[in-house]
Amino acid sequence: MIRVVLPFHLRTLARVDREVQLEVEGQATQRSVLDALEVHYPMLRGTIRDAATQRRRPLVRFFACEQDLSNEDPDTPLPDAVATGTEPFMVVGAMAGG
Amino acid sequence: MSGVRVLVGTRKGAFVLTSDGKREQWDINGPHFAGWEIYHLKGSPADPNRLYASQTSGWFGQLIQRSNDGGKTWEPMGKEFVYDGVPGTHLWYDGTPHPWEFARVWHLEPSLIDPDTVYAGVEDAALFRSIDGGQTWQELAGLRGHESGPYWQPGAGGMAVHTIVQDPSNPGRIFVAISAAGVFRTDDAGQTWRPTNRGLRSEYELPDPNAEVGHCVHRLAMHPSRPSVLFMQKHWDVMRSDDAGESWHEVSGDLPSDFGFPIDVHAHEPETIYVVPIKSDSEHYPPEGKLRVYRSRTGGNEWEALTKGLPQSDCYVNVLRDAMAVDSLDSCGVYFGTTGGQVYASTDAGDNWAPIVRDLPAVVSVEVQTLP
Repeated sequence: MIRVVLPFHLRTLARVDREVQLEVEGQATQRSVLDALEVHYPMLRGTIRDAATQRRRPLVRFFACEQDLSNEDPDTPLPDAVATGTEPFMVVGAMAGG
Repeated sequence: MSGVRVLVGTRKGAFVLTSDGKREQWDINGPHFAGWEIYHLKGSPADPNRLYASQTSGWFGQLIQRSNDGGKTWEPMGKEFVYDGVPGTHLWYDGTPHPWEFARVWHLEPSLIDPDTVYAGVEDAALFRSIDGGQTWQELAGLRGHESGPYWQPGAGGMAVHTIVQDPSNPGRIFVAISAAGVFRTDDAGQTWRPTNRGLRSEYELPDPNAEVGHCVHRLAMHPSRPSVLFMQKHWDVMRSDDAGESWHEVSGDLPSDFGFPIDVHAHEPETIYVVPIKSDSEHYPPEGKLRVYRSRTGGNEWEALTKGLPQSDCYVNVLRDAMAVDSLDSCGVYFGTTGGQVYASTDAGDNWAPIVRDLPAVVSVEVQTLP
């Protein structure tokens, strides 16, 4: 079971609490986690990664285990702590500055 | 008793303002989609409870929302706006070819007759249509495919289809306006388009002031009873066409500034029109710090300032292109929203004004529904 933490605006869009829990088939990677997330919450399709290219939207970041995984290959296995549900996979809206 | 519903899009959410036919007491409902930019929301003329909203975010992209109960509840709809075929290029700011890239929906225009049909004007400039209530979107690619398309160039605010006007007497005829390409018209329901900009002059914006394409048209308005007459607020100049866009002539007349964004027509008087003069394209606020709506009862050229109830000193807000609308009650109501978060209403065709609400986020769009 994978824990995914969503930013405020995506929580309201998906009508969920701060954290959702997902079963992911096979290895836990950015791609497999986001695929599972979008299957359960289709309204999130296109909000985290481009619907056509599957590339991360520029102002969305992925954090886990105190690491910035945003620029990792989407098929790289996520840390074991994420795969086992000990730590969450965090989808974060980038800071706006100002 | 009849009533009015005012749909307000702001930088941080949507608001639905409702009143009975007296238009004295208002119920403020919102924010819907709190924290998101709502470029535009509009109701279907064929079913007033069917509303569409464009919800955008620099972080999370484009969403389309639909309500079937007049804005009480909403559901997210389809949001994939995919250009038809190989998108090709338009000109970038530096004059080089730049691939067409979808950025956001600026304007949603529901069909006059079918609640499930709605048009979307988008940036980079293109027109999309949904015929299934917003679930899926298809590009009407003849517009962007016009031979001038590769030479369209964005203005400072981007390059978008921001105005969509349907001819109620001719289902095949639609006008769109694009910043900064100008007005285009279709007579075959969007298959083919041609520019209709003859008579526009843009001396300070274009190397050829009379160019067929490239004008920064800000907004078009039409009275439904007289669809061959169009009014235009251009970047500079208020313009009029009496032949469905075939030719335009200037009707700025005695306005204190002919720069501005919105323009609208009185619900019952096709020759009565409204603009909000803005000082200049470098200073997006009213001349002399006085917020004045100008009304012409002669279809242009002769204008009167409408000031009662509007701030007449130290006012430096803007009124954006989609932020003015009218109701169709017997005494025509006129409404506009400001970048300062006020929504003003007049229940007597502009003679007197009062704020419905003062402290919303910056207002991007105002639409009005007159309810039975």
